[in-house]
Amino acid sequence: MMSKAVKVYTTSTCPYCTMVKNFLKEKNITFEEADVGRDRTAAKEMVDKSGQMGVPVVDIEGKIIVGFDKEAISRELGG
Amino acid sequence: MNDLIVIGAGPAGITASVYAARKRMNCLIITGDIGGQTILSSDIENYTGYHFITGVELAQKFREHLEQFKLELKVGDKVNLVKHEDGIVQVRTEKGEYQAKTLIIASGRIPRKLGVEGEDEFKNRGVTYCATCDAPLFSEMDVAVVGGGNSALDATLQLMKIANKIYLVDVADRLRADPIMVEKAKGSNKVIIYNNAKVKQISGDKFVQGIKIERDGKEEDLTVGGIFIEIGSTPASEFVKDVAKNETGEIFVNCRCETNISGIFAAGDVTDVPAKQIIVACGEGAKASLSAFDYISRL
Repeated sequence: MMSKAVKVYTTSTCPYCTMVKNFLKEKNITFEEADVGRDRTAAKEMVDKSGQMGVPVVDIEGKIIVGFDKEAISRELGG
Repeated sequence: MNDLIVIGAGPAGITASVYAARKRMNCLIITGDIGGQTILSSDIENYTGYHFITGVELAQKFREHLEQFKLELKVGDKVNLVKHEDGIVQVRTEKGEYQAKTLIIASGRIPRKLGVEGEDEFKNRGVTYCATCDAPLFSEMDVAVVGGGNSALDATLQLMKIANKIYLVDVADRLRADPIMVEKAKGSNKVIIYNNAKVKQISGDKFVQGIKIERDGKEEDLTVGGIFIEIGSTPASEFVKDVAKNETGEIFVNCRCETNISGIFAAGDVTDVPAKQIIVACGEGAKASLSAFDYISRL
């Protein structure tokens, strides 16, 4: 199975972001991380993609998941 | 039928489940997440056995401990209603219906809402309840923080580093947070404090653009791109109507974690036990589980 492109939008202080990253690492998923606290362009990109301002946001090949939603992330990765 | 259903998987719910598993009780856990409010604690220095641990790390330890046992776990579900009929507990969730001989309510607390127009509409679109999570997104913006306790001041101090202007809006005549935090906020030229002020409305189009506040009988509009609501928490006990609660919604328990309904127990921050601490919640969870075990063995 081809691995999917995964991008995680985080802030350095957000506990749920850490949980999302740990979850992906446990599943051996490679992902790109964008710290929206430091990177204004990424912040804007995240807001545009998700239509909201809460972190974490996970982008799996264009499918946007807001929050640490294990089930939704697994579903997207598995499909 | 299950021996036990545990609602919640914070410190109380997880400890209750571990005890239940060791007693070989047939136990189902229904929860939104694993870790509960522990996840939101930044630095923990008073959990025996750890000089220092972060909330995320401790929640991870709890999860690993729970996963040692083969328990049925429903994560990402929400309980809508609990009923008790003929000695059987019925739990209705968004995804299903379950029955058990006993129930432990360990659903913790949720952030208190302001209850004003625009609050739900703009949630995560400028309205946030987790400054720790979302504050960095509001860099160089004008924002409002609502509240006057330690969590409101904590949010203000975090925002002082990144935001442009911070309106601290509090209903009381003076901030009740620790003086050291209040002094820091007052010493910043970015922070404007509004005492005796009430938020009346949150407005915007796609995202928050402003709030309306009322002070001394006069209304005033503040232009802000974000509003951090830090006005404390409320027990997550709405879904259970029949158990006795105090005026704030905390479930009354006795020293055995029994509620007024036999077979229904409660533990942790959802109860009227005064110390809202991780370690206390764990202890209460253990007690509730042992009481549930006792109850079943007497059936």
